[in-house]
Amino acid sequence: MNVSMAEPIAPDLSALAARFRQVLPLECVVTDAVSRKPFETDAQTMHRQMPGIVVLPETVAQVAEVLKLCRDFGVPVVPRGAGTGLSGGATPVPGGVLLAMTKFNRILDVDYANRCVVAQPGVTNLGITKAVEDDGFYYAPDPSSQIACTIGGNVAQNSGGVHCLKYGLTVNNILGVELVTMDGEVLRIGGKHLDPEGYDLLSIITGSEGLLGVITEVTVRILPKPETVRALLVSFNSIEAGGACVADVIASGIIPAGMEMMDRITIDAVEEYCAPGYPADAAAILICELDGPAAEVDYLIGQVTAIATRNGAIGVRASQSEEERLLFWLGRKSAFPAAAKMKPDYYVLDGTIPRNKLAPVLARIGEMSRASGLTIANVFHVGDGNLHPLILYDANVPGEMEAAEHLGHDILRLCVSVGGVLTGEHGVGTEKRDLMPEMFTDLDMQQQQRLKCAFDPGQHLNPGKVFPTLHRCAELGAMHIHRGRTAFPELPRF
Amino acid sequence: MTSTYKPTDEKELAELISWASAEARPLELVGSGTKRGLGCPVRINGHGIPAKVDLSGIAGVVFYEPEELVVSVRPGTPLEEVNRMLAERNQMLAFEPLDWGWLLSGESKAGTIGGAISVGSSGPRRVKAGAARDFVLGAHAVNGRGECFKSGGRVVKNVTGYDLHKLMTGAYGTLGAFTEITLKVLPAPEKTYTLLIHGLKPERAVEALTAAANSAFEVSGLAHVPAAEAARSQVSHVSRADRAITAIRVEGHGVSVMHRMEALKKLLAPFGPLDELHSMNSGRFWTELRDAWLLPPDHQLVWRVSVPPTSGAEIVAASGADSWLMDWAGGLVWLGYESAALGQGARIRAAMTGGGHALLVRAPETVRREEAVFQPQAEGLAKLSARVKAGFDPSGIFNPGRMGAVSLPGAA
Ligand SMILES: Cc1cc2nc3c(=O)[nH]c(=O)nc-3n(C[C@H](O)[C@H](O)[C@H](O)COP(=O)(O)OP(=O)(O)OC[C@H]3O[C@@H](n4cnc5c(N)ncnc54)[C@H](O)[C@@H]3O)c2cc1C
Repeated sequence: MNVSMAEPIAPDLSALAARFRQVLPLECVVTDAVSRKPFETDAQTMHRQMPGIVVLPETVAQVAEVLKLCRDFGVPVVPRGAGTGLSGGATPVPGGVLLAMTKFNRILDVDYANRCVVAQPGVTNLGITKAVEDDGFYYAPDPSSQIACTIGGNVAQNSGGVHCLKYGLTVNNILGVELVTMDGEVLRIGGKHLDPEGYDLLSIITGSEGLLGVITEVTVRILPKPETVRALLVSFNSIEAGGACVADVIASGIIPAGMEMMDRITIDAVEEYCAPGYPADAAAILICELDGPAAEVDYLIGQVTAIATRNGAIGVRASQSEEERLLFWLGRKSAFPAAAKMKPDYYVLDGTIPRNKLAPVLARIGEMSRASGLTIANVFHVGDGNLHPLILYDANVPGEMEAAEHLGHDILRLCVSVGGVLTGEHGVGTEKRDLMPEMFTDLDMQQQQRLKCAFDPGQHLNPGKVFPTLHRCAELGAMHIHRGRTAFPELPRF
Repeated sequence: MTSTYKPTDEKELAELISWASAEARPLELVGSGTKRGLGCPVRINGHGIPAKVDLSGIAGVVFYEPEELVVSVRPGTPLEEVNRMLAERNQMLAFEPLDWGWLLSGESKAGTIGGAISVGSSGPRRVKAGAARDFVLGAHAVNGRGECFKSGGRVVKNVTGYDLHKLMTGAYGTLGAFTEITLKVLPAPEKTYTLLIHGLKPERAVEALTAAANSAFEVSGLAHVPAAEAARSQVSHVSRADRAITAIRVEGHGVSVMHRMEALKKLLAPFGPLDELHSMNSGRFWTELRDAWLLPPDHQLVWRVSVPPTSGAEIVAASGADSWLMDWAGGLVWLGYESAALGQGARIRAAMTGGGHALLVRAPETVRREEAVFQPQAEGLAKLSARVKAGFDPSGIFNPGRMGAVSLPGAA
C-alpha cells in the first residue's frame, strides 16, 4: 500500500482542507505529501497508509470543529498520539484525516493533596513522572516506550508496563478524562473523585483505541515513591522451573512489583547488545522486583530467594545497590533493540495466558518456530502471563514478512485456546482485528459495536480498527420484534 | 399481581428475556433482593408493575484457582459464600464489597455476588487496591434482546475488545443480566493494624490522612469518625475514646506492618494522642466503617458522597448532616439526617464545588421517588448514557428507571 511521494491531496478533500484552514492556524493543516509521509504508520510498520490530510489542533474547540467537519463531510478521522502503538491503531484510513494531538503537551494541574495530575493528552507518560518526582511521587504504569508515548495514547490503549502486576494498567490509575465526540460535544467524565457518577464510561473509554472519542484531558492518580526498591536476578535450567517458581511466589501471598522473564535467545542477544552480565549457563532468567518499606523489601527478598532455591534456581542474586538493580533491568529494557540487531525486522506479539499454561505454551512456540524456520525470542511479563514473543524476520526476503505474520497469528490462536487472550496491552487495532473471532462470537462483537454506535453513530472515528466486520449502526440497533410469536418461556413462576 | 420468574441457567434466562423483549414487558432483576432499596425504585411509565426475575437460581462456583488469583462464579452465589471460600485459601475480594443489609434493613444481608457487582460499591481499601470494577476480569451476560454475550476473560492483563463487564459493574442491572462473573482475587494480609489519632477536628483530620496517604507506607484505609458515631463502635478503643478518632490502616506481612506502624507514629505524632488497634479489632472497626454501621440506625436519610479527598471536611460542614463518617482520606463522606425532609440533595450538591457524586442510599421510597438519587449529569453525558443503555437494552425492559432518567425507556 505504498503511496508515491508526489501523490497530490485527493480532490474531494480539498474542500475539507479549506474549511480546516478557516478554523485552524494555517501551519496546523498539513496537505503536502512530504509532510504527511511521517504519519503513514505507527510502530506497527507492516502496514502503511498515507493520510489524506494531517491536522494538528491546538485547542479543544479546534478538535471539536475538526470532528464536526469530518462528520459533515463524511470523512473518516484517526486520532494519533506519539505513534508508538504496536497494533496499527493510529494507522491512517485511506482518504481520511489524521488528527495528531502532539500540541496538547501541557501539564495543567499538579495536586499533591488529592494525589493526582491533570494533563493534556500529548504529555508523555514519563513527562508526568518527571513533573512530580522531585516531590517524591510518580505515575505507576510504565510502558517501555514511556519516553515517547503520550498519556492520551496510554488511555486509548489501556497501556501496561512492567509494574502492572502490583499497580495495574492505565484503567486502574486514572480518575477522569475530557472527551470530544464526533458531534463536537465536549464531555467530562470523572474528575478528582474516586466513584463514578452513573455508568462507568471511563472504564470503556480506557482501551477504546480511538474509536469512541478524542481525549483532550486526562486526570491520573499519582503515588508516593516506594521507600526502597530491590530486584532479584534468578537463573533457571529450564523455563518450566522458572514458571513453577513464579507460581509459588504468588501462591505464597507475595505480589512483587514486577516479574519479568527472558529465554536463552534473548539473553544471548542482550549480552551481545549491552552486556548486562546475565548468567551464561541459564535457560531462562527471572527478574523479580520488590518495592515498599525497607523492612518489607528485605524480608521479601529472603522469602523469594528461598522459594527460588526450592524450585531449583541455579543462581540467585539480590541487588545490593541502585546501580546493580538498574543493571539487572538494562538487559530487559534493551530486549527489543537487541532483537532488532539479530535481524532487520521483528514482529512483537502480546498474548496473555493463564500463568499455569506457561511451560506447555512456550514449548509449543519453540516447535512452531523450528517448523517455520523463523527465530523467536521470548521476553515476557511472567507475573501476569503476558507473553511478548519477538518473531525475527527480514522484510527484504520475499515472503518472510507474510510468514512472520502467519506464525504470529498462529501463536495468538494458541494463547486463546488455552484460556488466554489476543492482547494484554498493545491493543487490537488493525493487526489483530481479523483474529477477534478467535475470542468473540458475532453476538459478543455486536454488543461491543453497539457501544461504538452510542458514541459515533456515523462510524467516522477510526473505522476499520478492532472489529473485523463493519456493521451499520442502524442495522445493529434494529429490533426484530416477533410480538406474540415468541413462545412464553416454560419457567417456574411464583 | 407481580409474577416472579426463577430461571436456573443462562438458556432459560435468555428465553425469558427474549420473550419479555418481544412483548416489551419490563423486568426487575434481583439477586436475593437485599439491595432493592438502593438506587431509584424501579418504575414504568404509565402503570403496572414489572415482573421480577429472581437470579438466585443461577448460582455456584465455576472455577477457583487460588495460585492464579482468579475465581469465576455465577451471579446468584451468596457473597458470604464467596468470601468464605476465599478466606479458606487466605485470599479475599480486595475491593471490600459492602454488606448493604445494615443500612437498608438494619441487619446483615450481604446478598449475592451478582448484586454486589451490579451496585459496584467499593470499601475502604479503594484508596489502595482499586474499585470493584478493577477486579472484574470478565463476564457472561444476557442483553435486553435475549442474546448471550461475553466480554473480557480470566487473565488480569487483557485489552482485547471493550470491557463491557466493567461498564456493567455499578450499572444496577440496567444493561444486562450477568450469568457468570470472573474476578481477580488477592492474598489476604497476614497482619492488619490500625493507628488511631484522637480528638481531631474534620479539617485537621483530613490533613493527617493526607500526610499518611502521601507517605511511602502503603496505607490501605484512611478514615475519620466523629465522637458520637465512634461511641457506637463495638471496639472499645474506639467507643471509649470519647472523642473523634482518625484511623489509618496498615496491612501486610508482619515485619512490614510493625515497621510501617512505627514510621507512621513518628509522622503523625504532631497531630495528637495516638493509639493502635491490632488485627481482631482492626477487622471489626473497618467492617463497621465499610458498612456505615456506625451511623445511627434511626437516621432516615443517608447519602454517600464521593468528592476530591481535600473537600471532605467542607462537605461535612456545609451538609447540615446529623451524623457522618469520612473514608478514603476525605474522598468518601457518609451523611445521615434524622428526618426525611426533602432538599438535602440540593444542599449537598451545591457544596460539591470540586466535582464528585452524591448518591442517596437510604430513604423512604417516597423520598427516593422525589429526590435525584443519582448525581444529575450534564445533558450531553446523560444523553450518551441513555444511548449506551439503549445499545444493551433497546426496549428498556431491564430495571426501568433504577438509575434515574437515563435508564428509562425512550431516554435516548
Ligand atoms: C519500543 C516499544 C515498547 C513498548 N512497550 C510497551 C509496554 O511496555 N506496554 C504497553 O502497554 N505498550 C507498549 N508499547 C506500545 C505503545 O507505546 C503504547 O500502546 C502507547 O500507549 C501508545 O501511545 P502513543 O501516544 O504512541 O499512541 P498512538 O500510537 O499514537 O496511538 C495509539 C492509539 O490511541 C489512539 N489515540 C492516541 N491519542 C488519542 C487521543 N488523544 N484520543 C483518542 N485516541 C487517541 C490512536 O487512534 C490509536 O488507536 C511499546 C511500543 C514500543 C514502540
